[in-house]
Amino acid sequence: RSCRPRMMRLLTHNMLTSHVKGVKNGYPLILRVGELVVQEVEFNPDFIVRMLPRLDWPALVQTANSIGRPEIPAIPATVPEQPESNEEFLRAAHTLLLEVHIKEGEMECPESHKVFPIRNGIPNMLLEEEES
Amino acid sequence: ELFYDSVEARKYTANTRMIEIQQQLTQRCIELLNLPEDQTCFLLDIGCGSGLSGDELSELGHVWVGMDISRDMLDVASEREVEGDLFHQDMGQGVGFRPGTFDGVISVSALQWLCNADKRSHNPRKRLHRFFSSLYACMSHGARAVFQFYPESPDQMELVTTFALKAGFTGGIVIDYPNSTRAKKVFLCLFAGTVGTLPSGKSEH
Ligand SMILES: [Zn+2]
Repeated sequence: RSCRPRMMRLLTHNMLTSHVKGVKNGYPLILRVGELVVQEVEFNPDFIVRMLPRLDWPALVQTANSIGRPEIPAIPATVPEQPESNEEFLRAAHTLLLEVHIKEGEMECPESHKVFPIRNGIPNMLLEEEES
Repeated sequence: ELFYDSVEARKYTANTRMIEIQQQLTQRCIELLNLPEDQTCFLLDIGCGSGLSGDELSELGHVWVGMDISRDMLDVASEREVEGDLFHQDMGQGVGFRPGTFDGVISVSALQWLCNADKRSHNPRKRLHRFFSSLYACMSHGARAVFQFYPESPDQMELVTTFALKAGFTGGIVIDYPNSTRAKKVFLCLFAGTVGTLPSGKSEH
């Protein structure tokens, strides 16, 4: 087992949609990063390959570019052909999806503009009664 | 106070007997999930608390996301260095993930809270509907959701089952050791996108 706390990862962010009541286009949540940490996670290529079809790759690229930090690995604009046999690609995807941890920052619903603060790695997704 | 404050959260997490019970309940939930063998799955833990259930998922090599209404419990989870991503969230307000995100969902000792109206504005039926419909939408085809919970009455068991089925799930209640007041455990076992056969509860014979 590794021994540092996990914080929100970009894999999870890529899967998140806004749960604000009545929102039709709540994806992707706009991510603004205050502090991020890179924590090593065991490389599991099979898992990355299995998750690829579930990801919104353009949203991932857009989010990675918007963060714009040197810790963010370069990834191609589209998933290459036969990703399962492209280790260089899988390692970059692995770092981006599972090793970059958002410690402080916020996410914003693109439609309702509800803001979800991230404090000590934990996003606050609570809604006001009228938003739920 | 309904939820755990900081002191209670720490006490709860340090209680050996409590840990043991949570582990057993989680292991049974995982068994009922019936995940493919030797595969790292992406799982959701609803009411993850201080991460005792998540530890069992990590132990098996799964990647998980946990959510809980108590920030104090989540802070304990964070201090304990659990491996899942943690979200401060009220399940009655629904969950928001892309379609087909999760290979499975577990929940240990949390679902009964959804039946309570802990605020005047809370409407349990509305919250049950919102929860189950949003959960159904983010599960992968053929995935299961297993909730161990403590229903306060047969009516409450029926209520949660009704709202789960209305949301599109199939499945129902599985009871282990139904004739034992001590060992009896209730699970709501749900299938998304397929018609599954409800597993049998454990019994003395
Ligand atoms: Zn509320």
